[in-house]
Amino acid sequence: MAAQSRSIFDPKIIVPALGDSLKKLNPVTMVRNPVMFVTEVGALVTTVEVFASNESKAFTGQISVWLWFTVLFANFAEAMAEGRGKAQANTLRASRTQTTANRLRDNGKAENVSADQLRKGDVVVISAGEAIPGDGEIIEGAATVDESAITGESAPVIREAGGDRSSVTGGTRVLSDEIKVRISANPGESFLDRMIGLVEGAKRQKTPNEIALTILLSALTIIFLLVCMTLLPFGKFSGVDFSPTVLIALLVCLIPTTIGGLLSAIGIAGIDRLVQKNVLAMSGRAVEAAGDVDVLLLDKTGTITLGNRQAVEFVPAPGVSPHELADAAQLSSLADETPEGRSIVVLAKQQEGIRGRELAQLPNAEFVPFTAQTRMSGVNLDGQQYRKGAADSVRSFVGGKFAPEIEAAVKDISSKGGTPLVVATKEKPLGVIYLKDIVKGGLADRFERFRAMGIKTVMITGDNPLTAAAIAKEAGVDDYLAQATPEDKLAYIRREQTGGKLVAMTGDGTNDAPALAQADVGVAMNTGTQAAKEAGNMVDLDSNPTKLIEVVEIGKQLLMTRGALTTFSIANDIAKYFAIIPAMLLAAFPAIAPLNIMRLNSPSSAILSAVIFNAVVIIALIPLALRGVRFLALGADALLRRNLLIYGLGGIIVPFIGIKIIDVIIAGLHLV
Amino acid sequence: MNASGWIQLALYMGVLLLVTKPLGIYLFQVLDGKNTFLEPVLGPVERITYKLLRVDPRREQTWKAYVAAVLLFSLVTMVFTYALLRFQDRLPFHGIIDGLPNKTAMTPDLAFNTAASFTTNTNWQSYVGENTMSYFSQMVALASHNFWSAALGIAVAAALVRGIARHESGTVGNFWVDLVRIHYYLLLPICLIYALFLVSQGIPQNFKPYDTAQLTEKQTIQVPKTDAQNNPVKDAAGNVVLQDQAVETQSIVEGPIASQMAIKMLGTNGGGFVNANAAHPFENPTPLSNFLQILSIFAIPSALTYYLGRAVKNQKHGWAVWGAMAAVFLVGVFTCWKAEADGNPNLYNNGVAQVDGNMEGKEVRFGIFNSALFATVTTDASCGAVNSMHDSFTPIGGLVPLFNIQLGEIIFGGVGAGLYGMLIFVLLAVFIAGLMVGRTPEYLGKKIQAYEVKMSGLVVLVLTLSILVFSAWAAGANNFGAPDPTTNALSNGTNYNGPHGFSEILYAFSSATGNNGSAFAGISANTPWYNTTIALAMLIGRFCMIVPILAIAGSLAAKKLTPAGPGSFPVDGWTFIILLIGTVLLIGALNFLPALALGPVVEHFLMHAGKLF
Repeated sequence: MAAQSRSIFDPKIIVPALGDSLKKLNPVTMVRNPVMFVTEVGALVTTVEVFASNESKAFTGQISVWLWFTVLFANFAEAMAEGRGKAQANTLRASRTQTTANRLRDNGKAENVSADQLRKGDVVVISAGEAIPGDGEIIEGAATVDESAITGESAPVIREAGGDRSSVTGGTRVLSDEIKVRISANPGESFLDRMIGLVEGAKRQKTPNEIALTILLSALTIIFLLVCMTLLPFGKFSGVDFSPTVLIALLVCLIPTTIGGLLSAIGIAGIDRLVQKNVLAMSGRAVEAAGDVDVLLLDKTGTITLGNRQAVEFVPAPGVSPHELADAAQLSSLADETPEGRSIVVLAKQQEGIRGRELAQLPNAEFVPFTAQTRMSGVNLDGQQYRKGAADSVRSFVGGKFAPEIEAAVKDISSKGGTPLVVATKEKPLGVIYLKDIVKGGLADRFERFRAMGIKTVMITGDNPLTAAAIAKEAGVDDYLAQATPEDKLAYIRREQTGGKLVAMTGDGTNDAPALAQADVGVAMNTGTQAAKEAGNMVDLDSNPTKLIEVVEIGKQLLMTRGALTTFSIANDIAKYFAIIPAMLLAAFPAIAPLNIMRLNSPSSAILSAVIFNAVVIIALIPLALRGVRFLALGADALLRRNLLIYGLGGIIVPFIGIKIIDVIIAGLHLV
Repeated sequence: MNASGWIQLALYMGVLLLVTKPLGIYLFQVLDGKNTFLEPVLGPVERITYKLLRVDPRREQTWKAYVAAVLLFSLVTMVFTYALLRFQDRLPFHGIIDGLPNKTAMTPDLAFNTAASFTTNTNWQSYVGENTMSYFSQMVALASHNFWSAALGIAVAAALVRGIARHESGTVGNFWVDLVRIHYYLLLPICLIYALFLVSQGIPQNFKPYDTAQLTEKQTIQVPKTDAQNNPVKDAAGNVVLQDQAVETQSIVEGPIASQMAIKMLGTNGGGFVNANAAHPFENPTPLSNFLQILSIFAIPSALTYYLGRAVKNQKHGWAVWGAMAAVFLVGVFTCWKAEADGNPNLYNNGVAQVDGNMEGKEVRFGIFNSALFATVTTDASCGAVNSMHDSFTPIGGLVPLFNIQLGEIIFGGVGAGLYGMLIFVLLAVFIAGLMVGRTPEYLGKKIQAYEVKMSGLVVLVLTLSILVFSAWAAGANNFGAPDPTTNALSNGTNYNGPHGFSEILYAFSSATGNNGSAFAGISANTPWYNTTIALAMLIGRFCMIVPILAIAGSLAAKKLTPAGPGSFPVDGWTFIILLIGTVLLIGALNFLPALALGPVVEHFLMHAGKLF
């Protein structure tokens, strides 16, 4: 049920989009898009001209039809993008409709109400087997929750009051136990609702860059409006009568209809791509900011390392055989269910062939769990006390002294970024286990590419500086923040921002909230607290901190797509001039025939071809607008060169070819 | 296109390149408030000037205060010039320094046009200098305005560059300080030496009355017959009756010409002392004076690109802007030169030898290349001085100057105006293509947002509007500027119907809006309608550009700076040069293609089909 990528040609989306394209012709909504509004007015005027003018009805009629198509195609692009976004959001939302809730009244009694009657602050009781009726925070109890509806992850997770795992999302299901939840959002204000609003036309706010671009497109539209209107008196002076249909055809070809028609589709598609990655953005602005990010704050655990340290080496004390050490290490870890403990058992098996023993096989073993006081764990077996733990604790356990070799090994492991665990019996220390943070594969490469794009990666960790430096070096990050407290994080973000940089981070705990709010892009983990989710501007439903990297890539891809299609659209004008201007003047000045460099068939077919190309190119570019241009992690110089070549030079050449082909078809079919 | 032309072009570009860096560094000292080598001499004068003006040189202005100062200064100087021209016949100095009799006051529309023209650095001349202006007017009203308007342009460019270079700053400089320093350290010292050099080449600098010479070859010309009240006599059909008049003598102009020539070129003003402008031997006597005059048009605009690079601490960016300008300039020179060298095929077909190409309207002294070079340079910059008549160029040869002006005179451009105009295109290029590197658009670490786009769009929009709407008005209406209401013929003041007449109208309003000042001079523009509309076009072209540009300066100055890195949009190198040229052509020129098609383009094809205008 998790969001997935959809085929561009999914009929479930295309069919309603066709209907929406017609609805969007409403001039009241169309005004929001000045370029397409002018096109629509042009289409309307030419429709009148079909009946009012004495030009060829075939020509005027076809121009008019294609102008209407131009508007419809643009509407269709937007409707498609909205449809895909809505489909994505609806699958997420479907789960929560028609749930009921047990709301606690003031007198402590529960009443059964429908979920959409819940208001912020209401407290509901949810028992095993029931769906959670809305976003909220657990105020009492703990439960296992099935969040697969949101995350697609089938393993249940534990949610409990207090701490960083107290928030629950509407639409998920309680599997065991009973919890009391305080609802944190009114109906229609939950993350999902906001998300749906983002992809729906009416509620969508333009991002700052979209506003700026719309201003430029409007300015160009007004300029070309002037160009075409003044052609009338210019023509009169030169003894040429330009018909309104021809002038409108020229106008619509010159104004940037391609980008004007696709602009909102590009923006919606960007948000949609985020949803496909199971990330909910709270605003389009956040997605744009993601593209601009200069600094990525990455939590070490879970993002850069696998999250668990693993035993990679046994360093025996002098006079102790590796086998003896491995055996003791394994014994002391048998009851240790942490990933670290298990990795010790595995290493002992791999290196020394010591089979993992079952607890049941050792009836007289007494297990000593880890406590904060002793900072050791182990087992008492056959009168022998096996312990493993931090060097300091074990040192006092064995009577205050280690052999210099052991001290050296402990120091060496620390300096390599690892964690040394000393293994000992009451009599003597046996050696050291090297626990290592395992850096995820492929990250160094990825960070290298980010560096090429000018993005700095910073590792945040609670480790000491020595350990942090070693891991940072291995992972290939540019900087690290060791022994980081939430305050340190906040200060780091502020410092970078003062230097004019944009910062992105992930976080889940309540104490992350200020930093999440301060960051330009704050991705809160869905497992995190309500406070964290409120503070960030995105929520990752999978709670996977590595996602931050993808969020940045999606932001960049969105901006690149917008820039590429703008450049393409404006570059198209050259070919359209060469098609239309000679056609407009040929009747009055036959001498200018050589200017018709495309050798188009007749003035009428030249103008019609340009108009058809102008309409069809919108449809042709919808897949690109929805998928986004290919994302390449290159430096700005290389990216600019590449994209200018494809979309700038391509934008100049493609319409020459396209218009020529359409002209040949028109001539072949004798359309005008 | 002969070897002499190629050698001169290479020499020209070489010398231009040579002066760019030293003059650019000097400009940086002048505009950044640093001490120049002239400080020991001029420093005290500068400080006294501030005292007299009651200006605190350390207090900077916000962009709004800067705009207010610019507008106030322009208004006062314009009113001053207007008044002076209206009363030039009654001024006391007139008789003292003027050797010239009979200079009458200007009509209100002509005085308005001339005052607007010199205030806006346009120097469109609806009057004939040697017939209309007293020496006093030439010196006080016109030559001084040449200094003022040039300094103002440079000051505005400096304010914009400061806006780009600074961050989180509320101010963009002090207009009065800029004005004083540009005059004292830049324009006056150079012009002093330059004028003396021009005198050495033979340009007059005196207050003598005009000389009279007997013609060795007497001529008879036809002039309109006038009645006792000096009104033209008409026949029954309403046509003006002409009569013969014998011409036996010739007036030879004198006057303080050299001092006006220096600033006319250096300040890209272009207003001639005499009507023939730099084609006249007294304005441009020798090949050397011709070369230096062409060079001095580009000198400051070219150096300003170096100043830009130095001020924003990215010299490569300065050179990239220079490179884009130079590339478009060279294409213009080649096109114009080729068209003029090829000449008119119809003459050739009729057996008329034209070894040198199209010599109509050109000085034999300068020939094809130097005329084409001068025409390209004077229109790339907003100078407008001419050493040949653009109206007589071949259609394509004439298209080049017209096209240059319509680009916005940003190919080196007017002093200051060229740089700030080009920077608008830099902003637009960065905005359009900037997204393609995956970040929201940034120019030298500053985000380019809705406000900057709005102001840049406004600049492009207003200039297009002024050129197209005024031209459409002139072309479409038939009842103004007309010499003859009864026949209705040629009532737009053009000398020709058809494409060439259209080009004349389009050129007039392009030149006015672009603050160029050159003309397709076949047009009879000294009519109340043309004087007024052209004056308005000049004012719009100057101030509707300066205000948004200073607004951008203020907005950029206040922004935070993102340090440059590998992800920042590159504003140097070949990619950027090509992008900038592409933006200039697509945004700046496409708007005028339909109009150009009806003018020079159609005329070109008709010429090859044997039809001339």
